[in-house]
Amino acid sequence: MTDYAYTILIPLVPLAVFVFTGLTGHKMKPIVSGLIGTAGLSFAAILSYYTAITYFWTGHTAGTGYVSIKAFEVNWLHLTDLLTIKLGSLIDPISVMMLVVITTVSLMVHIYSLGYMKGERGFHRFFSFLSLFSFSMLGLVLATNIFQMYIFWELVGVSSFLLIGFYYEKPSAVAASKKAFIVTRFADLGFLIGILMLSFNTHTFDFQTLTSPTGPAIAQAGGAAFMGMSVLTWSMIFIFMGGAGKSAMFPLHIWLPDAMEGPTPVSALIHAATMVVAGVYLVARLFPVYALGAPDALTLVAWVGGISSLFAAVIACTQTDIKRVLAYSTMSQIGYMMLALGVSGYGGENGLGFMASNFHLFTHAMFKALLFLGAGAVIHAVHSNDMSGMGNLRKYLPITHITFLIACITIAGIPPLSGFFSKDEILVAAFHHNKVLFFIEYAVAGLTAFYMFRLYYSIFWGKQTHYHHTPHEAPYVMTIPLIVLAFGAIFAGFLPFHNLVTSDGIPFETTTEWSIAIPSVLIALLGIGIATFMYRRVTAVPDKVAGAISHLYKWSYHKFYIDEVYLFVTKKIIFNFISRPLAWFDRHVVDGTMNGIAGIIQVSSVSIKGLQSGRVQQYAFVFVTGTIALVLIFAYLW
Amino acid sequence: MTGVIPLHAFLVISTLMFFIGIYGFLTRRNLITMLMSIELILNSVNINFVAFNRYLYPQNLSGHFFSLIVIAVAAAEAAVAIAIIINIYRNFKSIDVDKVDVMRF
Repeated sequence: MTDYAYTILIPLVPLAVFVFTGLTGHKMKPIVSGLIGTAGLSFAAILSYYTAITYFWTGHTAGTGYVSIKAFEVNWLHLTDLLTIKLGSLIDPISVMMLVVITTVSLMVHIYSLGYMKGERGFHRFFSFLSLFSFSMLGLVLATNIFQMYIFWELVGVSSFLLIGFYYEKPSAVAASKKAFIVTRFADLGFLIGILMLSFNTHTFDFQTLTSPTGPAIAQAGGAAFMGMSVLTWSMIFIFMGGAGKSAMFPLHIWLPDAMEGPTPVSALIHAATMVVAGVYLVARLFPVYALGAPDALTLVAWVGGISSLFAAVIACTQTDIKRVLAYSTMSQIGYMMLALGVSGYGGENGLGFMASNFHLFTHAMFKALLFLGAGAVIHAVHSNDMSGMGNLRKYLPITHITFLIACITIAGIPPLSGFFSKDEILVAAFHHNKVLFFIEYAVAGLTAFYMFRLYYSIFWGKQTHYHHTPHEAPYVMTIPLIVLAFGAIFAGFLPFHNLVTSDGIPFETTTEWSIAIPSVLIALLGIGIATFMYRRVTAVPDKVAGAISHLYKWSYHKFYIDEVYLFVTKKIIFNFISRPLAWFDRHVVDGTMNGIAGIIQVSSVSIKGLQSGRVQQYAFVFVTGTIALVLIFAYLW
Repeated sequence: MTGVIPLHAFLVISTLMFFIGIYGFLTRRNLITMLMSIELILNSVNINFVAFNRYLYPQNLSGHFFSLIVIAVAAAEAAVAIAIIINIYRNFKSIDVDKVDVMRF
């Protein structure tokens, strides 16, 4: 058994970098702080790769498969013997996989940002926030207990808030950062309630105890029933609410498109590859509890995932801001992952969905980070997010063009690129579990191919556009991460995930089910074909199609008016019927009491302040008179 | 015992000195005069100490010592008071106590 205690350094190094560059960054040259951040992340990445190699090559034992190892743990907050909060690092297949994903994408984003953010004000601030985010995210995936996860969960929320609001002079960025923070914070309220319910009933925060198939959480699955479901099911639903908020699942997704106000590398790192999959990771981490103790909650996960993926895919077809298209595509792909978890069972081949979800998480991180970084290169070249003002960029941006095309093919699920394999496993898992969700996912596969190629053609083909100045390819520091991630997107699909990341740690065999794979590829090709027909050259077809389904088009363009529903509920209902009476109470009763007390004191002090005359002899006279009076009282009257 | 001065004579003298001191302290506007009034008050107390010691507990010396301590303290107090008065004079160009009334509401 290898000793993995050093893994605690993986989050701590970025933390040290954050503190150092955050405090002293303004005194050094911007590029130096960027290089320090990149160096720290490289160190974390090397440690993560080392951990992954040792764990996946030596951590496996026949019979039990990959076991989870508590590598490091300290008592952080000791309240009572029962209520002790610990921090540490837990090594098991999914946490090791996440370490690799996070450090890889984060390192690529660091390198890319050296070029993308060059000359921006607050360059060092950007890099210190990136380090803070890396620290929080790595701490989250290494969490040994659910409370540590919650702490880091909030930390990633905060760093996401800071990075979305990086351009704090732009009102839309400030609004977006607040929206992201408040919506996810609201969801985290559910997470906290779920944690409290779960740990109250099981007397533990520890993941290993919680997820052990014979542990207290699953053994006491009955618990007390409330409204037809066990307490365990309720608590898992509440925990999933936190995960759904962070992962932008319907209906808590409204913050994700707005979060694209942040710098593009941030969107690639936080809002595509790592933070938004924290919800998937949370469900995967507690998967045995869901699968064995709370199957109803797991069904909810599946449906939320399925609906979100369809919903987001429909919206993505009509958006014109390239980053928003990618944001909805992210939401759709995370819906896939949630769905895969939801249709999975525990153990062996039943755990196909679990494996597929993590597989898709891995491949998605590669190709979605690639898409965002490619979009960043495009934005860098033409200084606009709006794809209606783009076209014919393939001549100017050859490397970006090729890598973007690779990512589009990957996400569309064309073999032999990685997206095909992971998506196919998800479809197989869905097919064996729930046919309705299975057909939803077929539809989403077609829509995904369509909107991604709509995006691709609109940027790189289409009309001849005249730019103010000739767009130029990004510098090498930006194109090299694109190329690295493109290799990841191409080859990640050949990783034997079914041998590495399974629900109970024991490898199992998978086969490609061609009866499912071939139709899905055909649907994807159909989507690509339609997109090619409509957008490769400028034609009147898109407008005609939009006119033919004008209602659906309008609803999709306006994102099904979910934002408006939220605004109605908050502004019209909550503000008018709850906030205003509370504000009145605060202003008149609470403030009135305080102001009244202060007023009384003021009036009485005005009336007696004349005694403070500043004349020493007057004081002495009062003193002498008082003394004499006291003497007389004590001598004669007592 | 002819020629022995009775105790109440001392007490009358000290009471007179005490109230003359009080009167001076309350009515004089000159800080130096006020300081002198305080000396009068202190010395009236000294007379009381010594007289009570002599007439009530002639075998003890506590009263004498107490009056010596009071004299020493009075000397220190006079030094401090005069230092304060000098500073007041530097700031206000006057040692009239009525001019020194800035510590008010």
